[in-house]
Amino acid sequence: MGNIVLRNVNKSFGATTIIPNIDLDIADGEFVVFVGPSGCGKSTLLRLIAGLEDTTSGKISIDGRDVTEEAPAKRKLAMVFQSYALYPHMTVRNNIAFPLKMAGEDKAVIDKKVNDAARVLNLTNYLDRRPGQLSGGQRQRVAIGRAIVRQPSAFLFDEPLSNLDAALRGTMRLEISELHQQLKTTMVYVTHDQVEAMTMADKIVVLNAGNIEQVGSPLDLYRSPRNLFVAGFIGSPKMNLIEGAPAAKYGAHTIGIRPEHLDISTSAGEWKGEVGVAEHLGADTFLHVHTDGLGTINVRADGEVPINHGDTVYLSPDPTKLHRFSPDGKAM
Amino acid sequence: MARAVTTQHKAIATAAAWIVAFLIFFPILYTIITSFKSEQEAIQGFSMIPSGTLESYREVQSQYNYFKPFMNSVILSVGSTILALFIAVPAAWSMAFSPTRRTKDVLMWMLSTKMMPAVAVLFPIYLIFRNFGLLDSRIGLTVMLMLINLPIVVWMLYTYFREIPGEILEAARMDGATLWGEIVYVLTPMAVPGIASTMLLNIILAWNEAFWTIRLTTTNAAPLTAFISSFSSPQGLFWAKLSAASTLAIAPILIMGWFSQRQLVRGLTFGAVK
Repeated sequence: MGNIVLRNVNKSFGATTIIPNIDLDIADGEFVVFVGPSGCGKSTLLRLIAGLEDTTSGKISIDGRDVTEEAPAKRKLAMVFQSYALYPHMTVRNNIAFPLKMAGEDKAVIDKKVNDAARVLNLTNYLDRRPGQLSGGQRQRVAIGRAIVRQPSAFLFDEPLSNLDAALRGTMRLEISELHQQLKTTMVYVTHDQVEAMTMADKIVVLNAGNIEQVGSPLDLYRSPRNLFVAGFIGSPKMNLIEGAPAAKYGAHTIGIRPEHLDISTSAGEWKGEVGVAEHLGADTFLHVHTDGLGTINVRADGEVPINHGDTVYLSPDPTKLHRFSPDGKAM
Repeated sequence: MARAVTTQHKAIATAAAWIVAFLIFFPILYTIITSFKSEQEAIQGFSMIPSGTLESYREVQSQYNYFKPFMNSVILSVGSTILALFIAVPAAWSMAFSPTRRTKDVLMWMLSTKMMPAVAVLFPIYLIFRNFGLLDSRIGLTVMLMLINLPIVVWMLYTYFREIPGEILEAARMDGATLWGEIVYVLTPMAVPGIASTMLLNIILAWNEAFWTIRLTTTNAAPLTAFISSFSSPQGLFWAKLSAASTLAIAPILIMGWFSQRQLVRGLTFGAVK
């Protein structure tokens, strides 16, 4: 079991409010990602759930039990930190065994669980090494091993892949997703990387300045962003946001169109522009088109498109994929 | 471009460093040399070459019991250091990992007590010791030495603990460690080099402490500092014997310092550079 409920949770440091009265429900077994720009309060929210920070007001329950005042150790949660936070003076074996030792488990039980975890995470050959002798990816796996042996009711991940290089990040992303499929335990994952959020989450919580902007499945957020912030944050390359006359034509203050929902033509179309940079990636082509009155518009075309720097192109938005926003930034 | 360092510059700097080191060490060296002279040689004037007699050492050993003050010095310095660590580790932990707005002030205040002249509190301390029957007792003096060195111990440990990433302690907390478990299994082992050099330095400071050890003891609890000072009045003119006694007093700590100098230097400069 591992459902987590936040009610009216508030966190302030003196007069500065970091998290203003948040309500959130995380169901058992769900993979929830908190995503937002740096300083949006996503890590603070995770630390509140972990118990590493005290709430200023509000209530946090895990499996129906009020844990607001409980110490981190009593919450039955496991956490993986950005810096791995391994114990440098202990071997990999002792690192993974530490939570079991603290729980007063039998030595035989500890050995078995440590060996099992090491097998799952491909760490069997490294059990007698110290963290200093491991690569970044291996260290992160040890941190995950330390978390899984406890059989917690939920895992908390605080930007666990930020310190890894891009290739390793992709691999570890898959490993964590697979681990979730295997264990079916609730996972709460904090990241500023919306690609991680989109690829891993069952449910994404988009945070901005401590507020929850929108909660939904990755495709919900992609298809129907509730406001301009979510529209601009989710999706890569970013959604084009256009104000003024072109937006008024569609009866909105701002219109949003994703780069992949624009039709490109060299002869005719709604908006005329000149290609600034053309990025040919093979599978995709990204065009940065400078238009009159609309600014730069990003376009994503499938496959190899024979358009280059300096070419004149015409862009037409797919009207069924157009997002309309009112002056207060809310979706219409 | 990096500053050019010529061989000549290097030689001059090295020579200067050796001269300064020699000047600092000279009093100790001369004491050791004098201890191997006869009394007559000692008062004859400056000479760096002793006759090598062990007469003074024999006399110091036969006339005075060296072993007792030596043991007192060991008990007082090691005892006060261990006692100080028991108080300083939790204190430094709370200041390093759970600081408040006033933590810096508390640290400064603690250090400021070291700037107070000891003689200013001699009278009240003496009365407290007298009234509690602690004069000339090892327990009383151990507590006293612990108290006077505590600020430095807390400061040193605080700087060490500050270098330990807080996330590791948070991880221990998430892993189910109690506060005690966190300090015993995670913080202390990680801070072993720091704790070791703090211990070494504190033992040296306590060993060399002369103000309180001389004033609060007579015979029972008197350490080597009191042993030497007891020589200076009746035996003040017997330089060779005084030197032999001094050499015996400083030898243990000198040897210990020699073997642990790397650790000590690391401890004193820890955190200064990353």
